Amino acid sequence: MSRRPSRFLLGGRRFSPAASLALAAPFLLLLLVVFILPLATLLHESLFVPAPTLDNYAHALEEPVYLRVMLRTLRIAFLVTLLALVLAWPLAWVMSRSRGIGLALLGAAVLLPLWTSVLVRTYAWMVLLQRNGVVNQILARLGMVDQPVRLLYTEGAVVLAMAHVLLPFMVLPIYSALKGIPEDYPRAAQMLGASPWATFREVIWPLCLPGVTSGCLMVFLLALGFFVTPALIGGPQQMMIATLVSQQVRELLNWPFAGALVGILLAFVLVLVLLFRRAVRLDRFVGQA
Amino acid sequence: MRKLDADRSAGSIAIEGLIKRFGMVHAVDGVSLDIRAGEFLALLGPSGSGKTTILMSIAGFEYPDEGRILLGGEDITWLPPNRRNLGMVFQRYTLFPHMSVLENIAFPLKMRGVGRAEREERARAALRTVRLDQMGERSPAQLSGGQQQRVAIARAIVYRPRVLLMDEPLSALDKNLREEMQIEIKHLQREIGVTVVFVTHDQTEALTMADRVAVLDHGRLQQLGAPRDLYEAPQTEFVAGFIGETNFWPGIAASAAGAGEAVGVRLEGGGVMPAVAASQLAEGGRVRLALRPERLRILPEGEGVPARVTEAIYAGNATTLMLEAAGGQVLRLRIPAGAGLPEASAGETVTLGWQAADARAFAVAP
Repeated sequence: MSRRPSRFLLGGRRFSPAASLALAAPFLLLLLVVFILPLATLLHESLFVPAPTLDNYAHALEEPVYLRVMLRTLRIAFLVTLLALVLAWPLAWVMSRSRGIGLALLGAAVLLPLWTSVLVRTYAWMVLLQRNGVVNQILARLGMVDQPVRLLYTEGAVVLAMAHVLLPFMVLPIYSALKGIPEDYPRAAQMLGASPWATFREVIWPLCLPGVTSGCLMVFLLALGFFVTPALIGGPQQMMIATLVSQQVRELLNWPFAGALVGILLAFVLVLVLLFRRAVRLDRFVGQA
Repeated sequence: MRKLDADRSAGSIAIEGLIKRFGMVHAVDGVSLDIRAGEFLALLGPSGSGKTTILMSIAGFEYPDEGRILLGGEDITWLPPNRRNLGMVFQRYTLFPHMSVLENIAFPLKMRGVGRAEREERARAALRTVRLDQMGERSPAQLSGGQQQRVAIARAIVYRPRVLLMDEPLSALDKNLREEMQIEIKHLQREIGVTVVFVTHDQTEALTMADRVAVLDHGRLQQLGAPRDLYEAPQTEFVAGFIGETNFWPGIAASAAGAGEAVGVRLEGGGVMPAVAASQLAEGGRVRLALRPERLRILPEGEGVPARVTEAIYAGNATTLMLEAAGGQVLRLRIPAGAGLPEASAGETVTLGWQAADARAFAVAP
């Protein structure tokens, strides 16, 4: 693995700090105005409106209803990550060993979800999973069920749909890591007496682990704050934290409490990122293993 | 390390009628080879000659379309690589980057269920064999290319395989290190008595290291023999041209001759010169005469072929003359330094001669 360039490197040319700042300025400005300022305002409201207080946070962490939503959010995010990993790894493996048209098709299949709107994909899942949807019709025709099974508005449906939506974020870093393993490594392992399973366990898996960690972290973090899919596919029983925040803001106009929920989520995410900061490597997403 | 002489035939390899096609191309086209136990055999040929495909078939990464491969008399053609118990050193050092040097060497022992203590002991012994005793705790990335390849060798011999396969293992090293490693590998092979099958496109490497060399071209075995046989008595024009430097001079056989018999060759634009027939020749048949530059002589006078020196290139240990003979035939002639042989300078006209045994006549397909 080659050493990473230490500073901003473009076309083999390094920019001076001033030039770098100038190039990044439009984005940084946008980030400041539409992200950092509103977030800061929200957090400020949660802590200082009308007077300095931690009541909002205490309320969020003490009330069983809210605690349940938070724990459910964690559980669903974890299950989504697990499912995405199970689906993504074999796909990434095949992709890393494909070339030409095969690779192009697989790549397109992986990226297709990113090119279509989350809403469209979520509605597609609703069509599939609803009471007289495609899945139920097939099950009925095969004689496996007497009457339609409840698929929509279940936690399983939420996990499945979210895993599908977030799959590219798992596939890409794993693909990138697997691509970086020369074909001779598994061959060498086999020559040395390793069975296919041992080759996977002792050589392939440890070498692709950075990509796996990176993908898992990305999917988990995105899943924690996911809104559209759980809101549409899950019922009230599957409410996740983003939906709760939205409810507090739009229906109850309780901005300080919404701010506290956001603050808790943000703190949790930051702790995770710090714990795994070595795995969060953006270059894995642009294909530089 | 214990010699493998318990069962001398265990390390022998027999390749029988091997054919491997990739689409329409015959990568290997009916190759049969008997490799003796404890022998150092080089598979030599240009790229696309099929040498690597043969090695990969022995290793188990390619399955032949036809033919068999026997190891110590046992048919291994369809056995997966991990159950063949062969050693292999790859072109690129394939040390696992997430393991230390010692863990790398212990890996095949771990795969064979050897206990931790014995693993470490045997890995250290193998590391001593390749003279890297102090490097066990390092990571592969901290070693030089030559050291990495020595570790790869240690890893491939630590479980005492009967056969060691080497796929151009020295091609990534610089020239000096390569020559040093050639000798080192040769010594190691004698010491542990393992059979080595060594793929290379470098003829010097093949001649230096191997007991026998199998020369391949277009998937066919051109010649199998000791290095000296290949150089002194090439059986095909390809081998004559591929091994060492050769001048080819077209001509006509003055009489019929069987392989190995003396024959006169009427050169294009010259007189009749003595040669040895490399194959069956018909009287009046077209031939190509193969002449090594260092076996050509400048004669003081008398019978020979006249030629003009167009250039004289001094290279310290020898002088190479570029010659043009009658009919526009271009030749190279090498005069070793210090042997007191007559030299010549550019523009001079000289008389060329050679001993009959040094000129081999190959029949040209009509």
